[in-house]
Amino acid sequence: MGTRSLLWDITKKYFTVSLIGLTVSDRYASIVSVRGSSMSPAFNPRSDTNDYVLVEKFCLDKYRFSHGDVVVFSSPSNHKEKHIKRIIGLPGDWIGTPNLDDVLKVPEGHFWVEGDNSVSSLDSRSFGPIPLGLIRGRVTHVVWPPQRMGRVERETNQRPLSSLQDRPEFY
Amino acid sequence: MNLFGNAVPWRSIAREALDRTAIVAKFLCLLHVTNTYVCTPTLVYGPSMLPTLNLTGDVLLAERVSHRLGKVGPGDVVLVRSPVDPRKSLTKRVVAMGGDEVTFVVDPRNSERVRTIVVPRGHVWVQGDNIYASSDSRQFGPVPYGLIEGKMLCRVWPLDGFGSLNH
Repeated sequence: MGTRSLLWDITKKYFTVSLIGLTVSDRYASIVSVRGSSMSPAFNPRSDTNDYVLVEKFCLDKYRFSHGDVVVFSSPSNHKEKHIKRIIGLPGDWIGTPNLDDVLKVPEGHFWVEGDNSVSSLDSRSFGPIPLGLIRGRVTHVVWPPQRMGRVERETNQRPLSSLQDRPEFY
Repeated sequence: MNLFGNAVPWRSIAREALDRTAIVAKFLCLLHVTNTYVCTPTLVYGPSMLPTLNLTGDVLLAERVSHRLGKVGPGDVVLVRSPVDPRKSLTKRVVAMGGDEVTFVVDPRNSERVRTIVVPRGHVWVQGDNIYASSDSRQFGPVPYGLIEGKMLCRVWPLDGFGSLNH
């Protein structure tokens, strides 16, 4: 019948488009919405709208990150949740935690994240350094709302205390 | 020789090349989606899962559905991303889930000392079947559930070992 083959055509098109979309969003880039104010003022500076950001997945090839990168990662205590925070420490760095009066070294293969808005941020200060394997992508641009569209800058604010990356032979 | 004359049908060659490329691209997308969301073959080698898995390498079929639904439990052989080097994946057996207590021999080559630890919520404790030659949770601690990438279903190669992995 004419309508049956039309239906089949539409289904095939949808299937193909969704396969391609899924592959692109897994391997190259995707757009996610940011909830919560833990990265204020970089994202969601006011609580009325949610920002949408572009997340690139090319970094998952070699797992090379820099201090100040904003990344999306699965939560270590609940694999279904994802968080967006900024990388403060990379493997081998020493992190000083003012509220714990302690200095600790980020283990190999792990990293230390914190939200820009340290008052309302659940991050490595509560759950410790987390494995790099939990990272799902790096945030590069804000794409919505239009008045705040633009690159997400790497902010390095004097922490960690000492970093292996200061030495040229690291990695 | 006039290469751009009307005798050579450039437009239809270009169209056919585009069509063929589109077919290949769609096939690669299908391959990616199957490998990431349905099941994928993995080559596993090393001594840490003897005698279940061979030293010189087995090809196992890893299914990638159960771990997204939370259906991974103790006794499963899983593919897990290494917490020490995120570029590598390990194959180990899940011994305990979040909230369980696990008792293990810390270093069986040198002493009989045992430790008991409670696995934090959202984490799993993995160990290789060959505890004498395995780097696992006894060295790097409990692993977040989010690092699990798949559950091993059966062995595909070598053919004489074909079939499910027995406990």
